[in-house]
Amino acid sequence: MSDKKSLDSIVVRLAGNSGDGVQLMGSQFTTSTALVGKDFATFPDFPAEIRAPAGTTFGVSAYQMNIGSSPITTAGDRPDVLVAFNPAALKVSLPMLGSGALIIVNNDSFNARNLAKAGYREDPRETGELDSYQVVSVDISHLNLEAVKAYGLSKSDGSRCKNFWALGLLMWMFDRDLDPIDVWIRKKFRNNKVARDANVTALHSGHAFAETAELAEALPRFRVNAADLPAGEYRGITGAEALSLGLTAAAELADRPLVFCSYPITPASPLLHHLARYDELGVGVFQAEDEIAAICAAIGASYGGAIGVTSSSGPGIALKTEAMGLAINAELPLVIVNSQRGGPSTGLPTKTEQSDLYQAVYGRNADAPIPVIAARSAGDCFYAAIEAVRIALRHMTPVMLLTDGYLSNASEPWLIPDMDDLEPIKSNAPPQPDDSRDNQGMAFERNPCTQGRPWITPGMLGLMHRLGGLEKDFETGHISYDPGNHQRMTDMRAEKVKSVAKFIPLQMLELGTEEGELLVIGWGSTYGPIFQAVKQMRQQNHDVSYTHLRYIDPLPENFGELAGKFRQVLVPEMNMGQLSTLLRDKLGLSPTTYPKVTGQPFLIGELTEKIYSMLPPVLEVDGDLVTNRRAE
Amino acid sequence: MSSALTAKDFTNAQEVRWCPGCGDYAILKTVTRTLAEIGARPETTAFVSGIGCASRFPYYLDTYGFHTIHGRAPAVATGLKLINPNLDVWVVTGDGDGLSIGGNHLLHALRRNVGIKIMLFNNEVYGLTKGQYSPTSRAGTRSPSTPGGSIDSPLSAGQLALGAGARFFARAIDTDKIGLGYVLKQAHGFEGVTMIEIFQNCIVYNDNVFADFTDRDNAADNQLKLQQGEPMLFGADNEKGIRFNPDNFTLEVIDALSNPDQVLRHDADNRVLAQLLVELEKPVALGVIYKNPGESFEKSWHQSPGQRLKRTRSVSEMLHNSDTWVVS
Ligand code: SF4
Repeated sequence: MSDKKSLDSIVVRLAGNSGDGVQLMGSQFTTSTALVGKDFATFPDFPAEIRAPAGTTFGVSAYQMNIGSSPITTAGDRPDVLVAFNPAALKVSLPMLGSGALIIVNNDSFNARNLAKAGYREDPRETGELDSYQVVSVDISHLNLEAVKAYGLSKSDGSRCKNFWALGLLMWMFDRDLDPIDVWIRKKFRNNKVARDANVTALHSGHAFAETAELAEALPRFRVNAADLPAGEYRGITGAEALSLGLTAAAELADRPLVFCSYPITPASPLLHHLARYDELGVGVFQAEDEIAAICAAIGASYGGAIGVTSSSGPGIALKTEAMGLAINAELPLVIVNSQRGGPSTGLPTKTEQSDLYQAVYGRNADAPIPVIAARSAGDCFYAAIEAVRIALRHMTPVMLLTDGYLSNASEPWLIPDMDDLEPIKSNAPPQPDDSRDNQGMAFERNPCTQGRPWITPGMLGLMHRLGGLEKDFETGHISYDPGNHQRMTDMRAEKVKSVAKFIPLQMLELGTEEGELLVIGWGSTYGPIFQAVKQMRQQNHDVSYTHLRYIDPLPENFGELAGKFRQVLVPEMNMGQLSTLLRDKLGLSPTTYPKVTGQPFLIGELTEKIYSMLPPVLEVDGDLVTNRRAE
Repeated sequence: MSSALTAKDFTNAQEVRWCPGCGDYAILKTVTRTLAEIGARPETTAFVSGIGCASRFPYYLDTYGFHTIHGRAPAVATGLKLINPNLDVWVVTGDGDGLSIGGNHLLHALRRNVGIKIMLFNNEVYGLTKGQYSPTSRAGTRSPSTPGGSIDSPLSAGQLALGAGARFFARAIDTDKIGLGYVLKQAHGFEGVTMIEIFQNCIVYNDNVFADFTDRDNAADNQLKLQQGEPMLFGADNEKGIRFNPDNFTLEVIDALSNPDQVLRHDADNRVLAQLLVELEKPVALGVIYKNPGESFEKSWHQSPGQRLKRTRSVSEMLHNSDTWVVS
């Protein structure tokens, strides 16, 4: 088995206790993947508890990655390789594996106690349950402890190195150079000589073990072909990183400070952590006392002339709702980022979902529209953030930017953009002070094309005016309870959001032809699996096309027309059909919904199945009836 | 434009819409006059308010003004002050707005020492929503929502402020031009957060609720006007004084004429004394009760850890600040 398998892509899953260092191991493996020019997508899957009880199934922390040569857009349906640090990790991961998958188990952890904690009555290594897989049992725990014995670490400290030991083994299987990781460990532990040396030793020992032990016979080696990525300089990036860099880039493009006001919540907090380290980039971070204070402080900062941004997840967004109405009425720019998670209520904090679309589009009291956009991939969060700021400043409106738990934590290789290629962001200039006119009216002189008013900030001479949540007169900006005026203002607010469509690109197809049988419409983080699914179906000559929405509200002007050229429309979403409702409402489409709310992203296989089931058995091609079903 | 301004320069042409006889009128007048006296500029002054009768205040001033949402003014004001520390940011709130729905924001603005100047108009009632009892209403208050009298005990604005770590707490009466003007000036010159509790008469829903110490006939015997370093005397002829009773750790009223050396002198730096003073019911302590300067939140925020809001590196640099590789 030791001859190298040459592959286009391979899915690797690492699973263990929260404390096993699986996430670190995964991210290091990803880095080494990137450095050898492979495309990848990763999906960290955390338990909700910080240190969930060791050995239990609900405490399993996993890291899945898909490495390959052709464009990789998902972390992969079915792992080909599983590293299971304990019985619980095996139990949780087993149903996901592809048949014939390679399972590396940490033998030492398969004791009576851990088996019981995982809910195994019998040892699965002995029941035949693993027969259809290739199982390699390695005494990871004790081989690692042996390796680091010389450093005099306690048993618990020593066993912390076992992720690097296992990583060494994995690196051998994938024929990777240990140097970058060696360097990384030395840098990371530069202040702790013992930890540094022990981890380096563990890494090399794992590698040497794989090479020299008789295991070399049992362990397959993989050669993943290099990816065909566009030329340029790349880095790995997670959604949260890309989003924080995007917001920062937007502030630079607008030449304004960015004030980010937030309250900790899973899975939105990584954004707060990243931005807190960007103070040299004109960013100020304010951790508020609650969600409401966070959005209110962001509004205060926008009022003062900064780009105010607040961020949360569904439950926190709900708390911010009233303040969004204030920003709408005060006609102030604001970006609200929602890293969606499973709900309702506390729901599944660490699991992903797209179920806050109604909340974003329809979820405020009164007629209170705001533009809503969504990011599609980790790297795309960068561009989505810039677009959100651009809209907010142009139209003087709050903008909702939707991302989700999966995007926040997922990583991918990212072609580093050139800032000079990005268009500067303009804001609406304040008027010249004019003593002969009422300042109040001047503050609300809107651009007829965007309904954006001038951004006048306290401190500007001769332009003092009053803002507030009360309805104001369209012309004079003074409080008004006039019935006709309220209608006019409500129309203006609707028109403002509608007018965004004049500035956004027309909708394009990701894959397929301009008309046909079936159009798949995606939005947000489902991009990866849908893209792969439609691509596969098209390779099998099925009449299916794909388009993916960035702009949810308003929709691109040509969207109805584009979708109307297909006999059927399918919307796969990680909710019960919210975009479908929106498309019915806004465009009168009758899409088929494919809902999934398991807290896990779509699998490519699930999507191809669904698409397949919707295609007619036969279709007409140049007058001939041909089958549109793949061979059974 | 730097010529001396008058109260008129801070007043705009909007028709004021409080009930005739409302205490808010007197406060508005004293505020505009004081702004002129302290040399404030309309363009660098912003009033931020929440919801309630008091919160209409910004509409009647020719400064920057932001009438926000219920209870949240301190949070909005914090964002504004952070982005522009050179502004004079005043917050106008009431007992319902600030101590009930917005209690959390008030608490945290106070503990952070954000340099915003909070005026809390306390009338012990919800005026704008037509007279329900409020968190400062005394137990037994009859109102549309408590026809049999309220049963919960009231919140003390002073105790809350001191408990939250406020570094400045003062009190004044709506119609007391001198007393209110004085504390406003003191607050304006203070670096961090200031909280001023203003006893404001709601003539419609809670008339005379403070009459036992604000009425002209009751004033001398029931108001203790504090002056830094001065003995705590009151009464028509300053014949009464305040003494600390070490046996039960309280302040008590004594005959000042026969025990002059037992009368306490006011020391606004003394937090323990401030706590005793806000507790005092008869007489009611007025003026600057506590004042203990410290660096403001916005100042620390702009200094730490780097120079916030000042771009000293480019995003481009940051984009490449990671393990990168080149695909050719
Ligand atoms: S209801 Fe009371 S507080 Fe409100 S305006 Fe009237 S008198 Fe003033």
